[in-house]
Amino acid sequence: MSVPTATVTTAVRTSASSSRRHSPGRVLQRTAPLIPAVVLLGMFLLGPILYSLYGSLTDRAMSGYKAAAPQFVGLDNYVALLSDPAFLKSILLTAVFVFASAIVGQNVLGMALAVLMRHCARPLASLVGGIVVVAWALPEIVAAFACYAFFASEGTLNSMLAFIGLTGPKWLLTFPMLSVILANVWRGTAFSMMQYNAALAQVPPEVKESAAIDGASAAQSFFRITLPIIRRSIATNLMLTTLQTLGVFTLIWVMTGGGPGTSSSTLPVLAYQEAFKFSQVGYGTAIATVTLLVGAVFSVVYMKLLKPEVD
Amino acid sequence: MPHMPDMPQQTAPLRLSAPRGRGLKLAASAIMALIGVCFLIPLAWIILSAFDPAATVSISVPETWTLSNFTEIANVDETLRPLWNSVLISLGTATLTVVVATLAAYPLSRFQMRFNKAFMYTILFGTCLPITAMMVPVYTLFVSFQLLDSVAGTIAFMAATSLPMAIWMMKNFMDSVPLSLEEASWVDGASAMTALWRIVVPLMKPGIAVVFIFVFTGAWGNFFVPFVLLFAPEHQPAAVAIYNFFGTHGSIAYGKLAAFSIFYSTPVLLLYLIVQRRAGGGFAMVGAVKG
Repeated sequence: MSVPTATVTTAVRTSASSSRRHSPGRVLQRTAPLIPAVVLLGMFLLGPILYSLYGSLTDRAMSGYKAAAPQFVGLDNYVALLSDPAFLKSILLTAVFVFASAIVGQNVLGMALAVLMRHCARPLASLVGGIVVVAWALPEIVAAFACYAFFASEGTLNSMLAFIGLTGPKWLLTFPMLSVILANVWRGTAFSMMQYNAALAQVPPEVKESAAIDGASAAQSFFRITLPIIRRSIATNLMLTTLQTLGVFTLIWVMTGGGPGTSSSTLPVLAYQEAFKFSQVGYGTAIATVTLLVGAVFSVVYMKLLKPEVD
Repeated sequence: MPHMPDMPQQTAPLRLSAPRGRGLKLAASAIMALIGVCFLIPLAWIILSAFDPAATVSISVPETWTLSNFTEIANVDETLRPLWNSVLISLGTATLTVVVATLAAYPLSRFQMRFNKAFMYTILFGTCLPITAMMVPVYTLFVSFQLLDSVAGTIAFMAATSLPMAIWMMKNFMDSVPLSLEEASWVDGASAMTALWRIVVPLMKPGIAVVFIFVFTGAWGNFFVPFVLLFAPEHQPAAVAIYNFFGTHGSIAYGKLAAFSIFYSTPVLLLYLIVQRRAGGGFAMVGAVKG
């Protein structure tokens, strides 16, 4: 991981900066370049988060008198959330989506690709690696169209099945979650593949050689030696793919629109539907707040994981 | 793998692991090729459909190859203006982000201040939040600020969301520029800002380019933010135009959709290649904030 591993404390401590540290004018002069960043972050990132907390306590609507003068309704939205089957289902769908596509799909396939790349023919490794990365580097909406075309009723998957004499189901209607999970694996695996590629390159070959001399099989050497050595990268990658997948909107929106009904509405999709399709802005904001809180919990865990590296 | 024991003694006596190695390589290559085909098919659909006058939602090799899909959409309303809007929004976002992040990174990298650590932790926390979850409150906030349908407001919001990662990257790049080079200019009486623009920035040009391209491609590919915040067709970037194109046509013209996708994707794929060259594998963390 290149970004978050940097040290937080500055490596350079000049005599100039420590000797006159206490002069308030100096401090102000030195902090001044931070002001634009603080203003932007405050207005457009912290602002919406605070607004989200407050807005979720009102009955704000998209139009009508509730849009002009929203009432403070306390925790009503949250109480309503807890008894709303669509919301409870959405929590479950989000958990399934994140677990199946990020934690299992992207990580296992990414690791498998990284391992295979080290053992298969060189040109094949770079060719397949390149294809996988293109799927990831494409703009999200284009990736979503490509996946839509693959899973559509008359789409590629079903025409391939027809070619071998099978009739495929209407994937996007009958198995919407399976379709978006596979699509997210297709799109996101490159990230894990690159992380694990870098991690595997760090494993010293001598360790594995000596294990091989001691008679360890390839599988033993992988599970007993390689995995423990790169466990840090695995934890980091699990965290990052989880956070990324938690926020996925476009892929699901284009492929299924969250439907049929709400059967593939993960939390970001449901928040959008409630607020913009059903005009329940306060209610949608409450869902957004819950999603942000879930994200915040994961972020804290992630930072705790990195802490020894950061300090 | 383990079940081809002792044949290679005559052929390669020096490589102890040769039999296992060869079987392994063959099996690995076969699986790799299979996975590669699975990943290729959805991509191949885009490319084949773009050159197919009778493209459908299913993949097929065109009976006649044509460029008509490209030429038919190469007009101002459908393609050029949305792409131009994408250029404006992405350039604006990337420029604003890079300038603000460079300024912010300087004190964080150069001076030891009491709040540095807290600030960097807050920023790190900010890089992790699912931004898509925020679009409903952002919309209501934009209503209050009367910023809806404003390109400038959208740029400011997109810059704010890319700032945390940009500040992290920028501070890392700046930490690697030795301080001794600026000290000389300080002795000569230059201010911190002069030292930053005259000495530090020129030395970290490659790093700045990486941050710029990273923010640019992120903004270029962003669909959800302009989808929620911009309404007028003349403001919408390609990501939203392509969605409307897909959503409003009763029977979708898949060939044109694919051709548009190629127009729209090629610039970011090229930029991605450039960054890959420049930063090696360092671009990998970009995925952390994608989507």
